[in-house]
Amino acid sequence: MQVSPGLPSAWKTVRGTVFSEAGGGSPEPGRRQPPVQRCCMKAFAALLERLAFTPARNAKLQILQHYLERTPDPDRGYAFAALTGDLKLRAVTPSLLRGLAVERFDEVLFALSYDFVGDLAETIALIWDGEPQGELSIAEAVHLLETTGKAGLPAAIVGVLDRLGPSERLAFLKLATGNLRIGLSARLARTALAQMGAPTLDEIEEVWHGLKPPYPEVFAWVEGGPRPDRAALAPFRPVMLSTPTDLEELRALDPADHVAEWKWDGIRVQAVSDGGVRRLYSRTGEDISGAFPDLIAAMTWEGTVDGELLVRSQGSVATFNDLQQRLNRKTVSRALLQSHPAGLRVYDLLIWNGEDLRPQPLMDRRAVLEAADFGSDRIDVSPLLSFDTWDDLAALRADPPDPVIEGVMIKRRDAPYTGGRPRGPWFKWKRDPRVVDAVLMYAQRGHGKRSGYYSDFTFGLWQEDTLVPVGKAYFGFTDEELRELDRFVRNNTTERFGPVRAVAPKLVVEVAFEGVNRSARHRSGVALRFPRVSRIRWDKPAVEADRLDTLEAMIDAPNVFDAEAARAGVRHGRTRRRE
Amino acid sequence: MRADDFLHPTDAGLYCPPGDFFIDPVRPVPRALITHGHGDHARSGHGAVMATRETLEIMAIRYGEDFTAARQVADGPTRVGDVEVSFHPAGHILGSAQIRLACDNGPVITVSGDYCRTPNPVCAPWEPVPCDIFVTEATFGLPVFKHPDPSAETQKLLASMAEFPDRPHLVGAYALGKAQRVIALLRQAGYDAPIHLHGSAQRLSDYHVAEGIPLGDLRPATTPKQIEGQVVIAPPSAFASPWVQRFRDPVICFASGWMAVRARARQRGVELPLVISDHVDWSQLTQTLSELRPSEVWVTHGAEEALVRWCELNQLRARPLRLVGYEDEAE
Repeated sequence: MQVSPGLPSAWKTVRGTVFSEAGGGSPEPGRRQPPVQRCCMKAFAALLERLAFTPARNAKLQILQHYLERTPDPDRGYAFAALTGDLKLRAVTPSLLRGLAVERFDEVLFALSYDFVGDLAETIALIWDGEPQGELSIAEAVHLLETTGKAGLPAAIVGVLDRLGPSERLAFLKLATGNLRIGLSARLARTALAQMGAPTLDEIEEVWHGLKPPYPEVFAWVEGGPRPDRAALAPFRPVMLSTPTDLEELRALDPADHVAEWKWDGIRVQAVSDGGVRRLYSRTGEDISGAFPDLIAAMTWEGTVDGELLVRSQGSVATFNDLQQRLNRKTVSRALLQSHPAGLRVYDLLIWNGEDLRPQPLMDRRAVLEAADFGSDRIDVSPLLSFDTWDDLAALRADPPDPVIEGVMIKRRDAPYTGGRPRGPWFKWKRDPRVVDAVLMYAQRGHGKRSGYYSDFTFGLWQEDTLVPVGKAYFGFTDEELRELDRFVRNNTTERFGPVRAVAPKLVVEVAFEGVNRSARHRSGVALRFPRVSRIRWDKPAVEADRLDTLEAMIDAPNVFDAEAARAGVRHGRTRRRE
Repeated sequence: MRADDFLHPTDAGLYCPPGDFFIDPVRPVPRALITHGHGDHARSGHGAVMATRETLEIMAIRYGEDFTAARQVADGPTRVGDVEVSFHPAGHILGSAQIRLACDNGPVITVSGDYCRTPNPVCAPWEPVPCDIFVTEATFGLPVFKHPDPSAETQKLLASMAEFPDRPHLVGAYALGKAQRVIALLRQAGYDAPIHLHGSAQRLSDYHVAEGIPLGDLRPATTPKQIEGQVVIAPPSAFASPWVQRFRDPVICFASGWMAVRARARQRGVELPLVISDHVDWSQLTQTLSELRPSEVWVTHGAEEALVRWCELNQLRARPLRLVGYEDEAE
């Protein structure tokens, strides 16, 4: 087998000499120098395997942080980008992989193996019979995939597979197919970076955009070096977040010190227009510009603004379900742009016409906001609500004028704009969740602190005489209730499937949730937003649990206090407790 | 004598008419030859059992001294009916054996039982037993199974214990064989702290120690207050029981050949899969068939289809016996 011409020379001379250079020279005096890992693809493979099987967030963070501390540049940077989906490589397709396998292995044996393993890349990694020799760094693998032409790719991949051990083969193939599937968000990955050194997560997020893999300047910074220059235009700025509150807590505060707005049920975004570069970021700093060209085109001003991304239909704000049609798309069709036009409801200005307004009090920023000309009817300003007492506000919250309102926001008049979630300046007072009484159907054992407890529950509603599963919930109950639920599951198991048990349909749980959408992916045809167990109804017979119709009725009635919805039989947590 | 008249599958297991005995029967029978002490091969209630001394003692520990009416230690070639039988090390667990069967004007048959060719500190190594018909298992009879070096898997466990020093590591391992092997591997790797044992593995581990296999400082894992060590060995079934609830934020590990496949590890809710197997993997399986070169291969249980296919491609006559009752999940 010919080695592809794209293969870097270091690969041919193997035996690790590359890494002593890549390790980064002599350490600065007094600085902790973690042991350098020499087998880079091996360490990356171990990282991927560990992350894939570790469900707990903090354990994931720790594993990633240790990996980043022990791995030299540029490999850790490439690994980081691979984990966060920022490594843009020519994707190796499944059909290419299948072709490699068919050329090398008996078709029947491969088919039986694939059938058992269930994942193509994993099957090939396991079945391949190479003799591990030397080492391959991630940088070399990335270089190979970047520089090899389409025609030479199969031979180049075979060349690498022949020289790697099984777990590294899998890591390489996952890298090549761009499909890591380890459930790690970019923000969580950056949190691991923040734990490595002095810069905070907010500081890291602020410089992040415009930096490219393998991010040597970021790693130098977290290890004590200088803060990287932010060369790129239109960067993301840390978003100011709110904390939940309720009437009782609010009564301790002076209403006169606060303003209130509607809380819109859209997507929190930061829209940035900076020297001709325009970007739309999610509140975690993901660049979602590609899905919203219509809004980007309307951003003719210069500044960084905070607001709610909404979709409009026939003059009014459309539901979250409509907004979802526009999410998670790299490109968007003309038809969808017409039927689901995007708009922005602005509630704050971070930077306006070159001036950083963040240190100023809210009301000063608000004055600039209200005077600003956004130059497009897609963009408007979120109005302030008029209230004198918290009871006034409670009344407004109980009767919002628009179905796409999910509560009220309360903000201190004198607060500057600070990233993160400081407690106090901003509160969200959401409408009460909706609830259904559902029947517990399946339970799965939890992990980590919940090891040994059945803690993840699937519940269903009645349709005719059968239960249809409508969602899963794994929190909302106390530790004591968890023990009781665990006992119930063990005593009422009807079937076992690995860590999952089917239970006799006997126990009713009240499930609270924020909304319900139609979903073609769920058997029930509906999907709940943010479901959790709000009460365990030990007292209620399963036959009296709700029917699927009840949930379906809520889809078309986004506002629970809407009179029609109420007549249609939609129930609501608070109103029902009065019954 | 035709091979089928010498040995053939029945509902109760492999039956040998000229010797009037069964091998690893799944139901009580008058006469049984037993390859090793795992529950699906060694059951109680037979009229007479012949097995290695270790297997007989293990059966007595598991089922009580009255597990059979009569017993006989397999000690050198022995005549049973018209058949000469002999037991040879299988390298699977302590006392595990392959059984060689020979009779006048019939083929020589070796029934491998479960076997493994990777060195195992808790049992005697597998030996080749030349034969005309080789009766093999195929638990890991797919080319995706190439078990890694068990000491590298042990290092994975130790690395995780260093990564999470405050979390107990509960290692799922079958109480007979795998549990002791994992302990021995940890000891070989230089880990000498106390290792805690779920109650079901205690007596079998004591038996290994009595047989001269050092396992170091072993302690019970019965009450929460006693757990100071970081490693707890338990049968996988214990993870489904409330026993696990006594541990705070444990890392659930599982030592099994199945852990090579991610979906299998996920199905079991395992956080740290350890690919440690007491069975031959695909490479060892095919290597064994190439070396023994029997005139015929019979496949008892596991992935028969793939192994039979391999035999076909390599000009070996092979047929699946489709025996039922031998579970592979415990591995």
